[in-house]
Amino acid sequence: MSDLPKPDEFLDTIDHKPPPKGWMDTPTQIKPGMYCYASNPKSVEYVGLPNARQWNPLDDDWGLPENWRQILHEGFKERLDRFRSIKVFMDICVRCGACADKCHFFIGTGDPKNMPVLRAELLRSVYRNDFTTVGKIFGRLNGSRKMTLDVLKEWWYYLFQCTECRRCSVFCPYGIDTAEITIMGRELLNLLGLNIDWIATPVANCYRTGNHLGIQPHAYKDMLDFFVDDIEEVTGVRVEPSFNKKGADVLFITPSGDVFADPGTYTAMGYLILFHYLKDMGLDITWSTYASEGGNFGFFTSHEMMKRLNSKMYAEAKRLGVKWILGGECGHMWRVIHQYMDTMNGPADFMETPVSPITGTRFENAASTKMVHIAEFLADLIKHGKLNLDPSRNDHLKVTYHDSCNPARGMGLLDEPRYVIQNVCNHFYEMPPNTIREQTFCCGSGSGLNAGEDMELRMAGGLPRANAVKYVHEKHGVNMLSCVCAIDRAVLPALMEYWVPEVDVTGLCELVANALIIPGEKKKTTDLRGEDLPGMEDEDV
Amino acid sequence: MNENYMFSLMAVILLFLLAVLGVDGFGLYSFFGIFVPYLSFAVFVGFFLYRVIGWARSPVPFRIPTTCGQGKSLPWIKHAPIDNPSTTGGVVVRMLLEIVLFRSLFRNVKLQFRERGAKIFYDWELWLWIAALAFHWAFFAVVVRHLRFFTEPTPGFVKFFEYMDSFFRVEILTDVVQIGLPAMFISGFVLLVAVVYLLLRRMFIPKVKYISLSSDYFPLFLIIAIAVSGILMRYVSKVDIVSVKAFTLSLVKLSPALPEGVGTIFYVHLFLVCVLLVYFPFSKLMHMGGVFMSPTRNLANNTRMKRHVNPWNYPVDVHTYEEYEEEFRDKMIEAGLPVEKGE
Ligand code: SF4
Ligand code: SF4
Repeated sequence: MSDLPKPDEFLDTIDHKPPPKGWMDTPTQIKPGMYCYASNPKSVEYVGLPNARQWNPLDDDWGLPENWRQILHEGFKERLDRFRSIKVFMDICVRCGACADKCHFFIGTGDPKNMPVLRAELLRSVYRNDFTTVGKIFGRLNGSRKMTLDVLKEWWYYLFQCTECRRCSVFCPYGIDTAEITIMGRELLNLLGLNIDWIATPVANCYRTGNHLGIQPHAYKDMLDFFVDDIEEVTGVRVEPSFNKKGADVLFITPSGDVFADPGTYTAMGYLILFHYLKDMGLDITWSTYASEGGNFGFFTSHEMMKRLNSKMYAEAKRLGVKWILGGECGHMWRVIHQYMDTMNGPADFMETPVSPITGTRFENAASTKMVHIAEFLADLIKHGKLNLDPSRNDHLKVTYHDSCNPARGMGLLDEPRYVIQNVCNHFYEMPPNTIREQTFCCGSGSGLNAGEDMELRMAGGLPRANAVKYVHEKHGVNMLSCVCAIDRAVLPALMEYWVPEVDVTGLCELVANALIIPGEKKKTTDLRGEDLPGMEDEDV
Repeated sequence: MNENYMFSLMAVILLFLLAVLGVDGFGLYSFFGIFVPYLSFAVFVGFFLYRVIGWARSPVPFRIPTTCGQGKSLPWIKHAPIDNPSTTGGVVVRMLLEIVLFRSLFRNVKLQFRERGAKIFYDWELWLWIAALAFHWAFFAVVVRHLRFFTEPTPGFVKFFEYMDSFFRVEILTDVVQIGLPAMFISGFVLLVAVVYLLLRRMFIPKVKYISLSSDYFPLFLIIAIAVSGILMRYVSKVDIVSVKAFTLSLVKLSPALPEGVGTIFYVHLFLVCVLLVYFPFSKLMHMGGVFMSPTRNLANNTRMKRHVNPWNYPVDVHTYEEYEEEFRDKMIEAGLPVEKGE
């Protein structure tokens, strides 16, 4: 983060007043810090996507195929015929501007093309020219323009400055979802090989090894074994996860990010501890090295790529013969599972409606997809008093909760995590109402934008979220930001370090595991992070 | 000066002059009184349907409601049945609130940077909602009121609407003058005020101005012109309503007979309405049809309970477990992971 200006200076550069010149006459300048590097051709090729080549967004020549305009035009047409959403959204925006200041990227950059309505207009202007008679006749007066290389670059730049968070859609009187438009736009860009590497390479990794990080099966097991040792050190209890176990009742799938880097790793330890705790109560659960990714960067590439990566979940469930699937904490993973998986890769009729082996609760809300969110599973356990919890072990934390965009606006998972947190922590404070639940602000790094090279963009996009955290930090002394998303856990620490350095980031299951009284545990003196528990430290000395 | 609204303003003025010239200058009464109305009505209906059918022909492959409240999950967790509907009933209510009360616009907030951005506020901002609601409802009332001209006898609900709409009646009923001032209808004035607000907003709020196209100003100017000509006709030049109704009824009965002595302003009003009808299906005004078809609002959030089928779902290349094990088998065996094809 060394090239970033100081936070105050950063704020001073944000100006929400649009420039005097119209947006069609303002050429796009691709600025370092605001974009992610171009896709590595090897990754593009590995999954068989077209036009793999070395290219650089800063170059004049992007090495496009000769007939690129035709490819785009035909691709656009095909998608208009396939998706009513796109067709309707292209036609009915009235440019009322209600969505304009709802996007975290507009709030944090002041760049008018980051107003959702203008982001959509970047595509709509070409749509009007290519697919409507009135647009052809009236041209610019009707807001139409031809596709040119500059327009294409503008698309690329701004479609990768949208995290597909759907906040704009909440405020639009017609529900126009700019995320849907971005999804489609990125799909079109991918026809020309114009992905970013932070998406393309995880996709290729996931296709090959089963997870975005490219962790091979033996290494995956090693990493979890590592956690097993760490857990033993803290709790004195040795947990024994099973892998690829045929005939298990439940398959567990979570984002690979959590086995890889702090603080996600503590959430992963949380899962391990929880499953160990529930083992004697009847939970027979297995991890998979093949379906070792919950997230789906294919979703940020194309609908087809999403389906190809997602297919592993049901395939593995079928191979292992499990009854249902439990899903870990992740944001976009859950949008894919909740709104797409069953449609794409179902029906999952080889499984049963999920039933918690501990409480007997039937998860009717997952009757068809057969996959339950860990927050739902936990809330049910706690409600039935099945977890022996000591929330005072989290007393050193003043916790707030960040709703991830996808579970909030593509699912409606709002109160389950809150219920869990309030049962494992004594100090919980909500951020202001316009910044949580369905109005939650994105971490600013979702949808594959969590690279290192676009840090300025990330800090800008994360500003509204950080500012709300700062508010509760100053008002209530909040020092821990909890979330149910692996990308959040990967990116919020950097965001906090920049805007609110006194606040740390945690997953839900880490908080649960810290509060959980495990049978046979030794006297705990630290939490999973190895930090001293208040009131317990001295006894250790 | 902004080319976008100047162009639209000029266009509306030209259309106005066209009508005046056509009727007063060239006496093209049947053209403006009969031909244009029939043509524009046909274009409106035909292309409106064409557009809606066009949308309907594209399938809804995925169930993608934007959820704006707690989803239905565990029975004891309080669910938001309207903002995150799990049933068709919930969707119907959600859509009704959206269409009748502009629910989503009601959420509108305004971004405020205070202390140079150190504090960011999102203040509730209702003006757009109020103006939009006033505009649409007034427009609706005006349309319903005008049904009087196309029906005989006037249906009860139209009379009811008129009754509700008449703000105050300054009727002078003497033996000589039976009509006096016509009742004032609020709807026309509300419509005018709201539409002027919407126009000023577009012209003066920098962000909204920045995103506005000529095609955003044009319908506003057009509707202002229609409303003004209508109000003038009713309250100032007092067009003979009886002959207007005879004329409009003759149009409905497909035996058009031009009215006597109704003056140019009537033709201008009629012509501008016709322009609006023709413009409608080719423009953003189609949001009237589209709002019903938005997949982020009109679907229940029940995908995990009930499978949603994508009509064009096609098979894709996947990396199978067998291929995966083939590549990593040795490493898996070494790590003690179970494999399908062991040694
Ligand atoms: S809120 Fe909806 S209709 Fe209004 S400008 Fe945004 S996308 Fe268009
Ligand atoms: S989906 Fe989110 S990031 Fe994208 S335009 Fe809408 S508010 Fe902005």
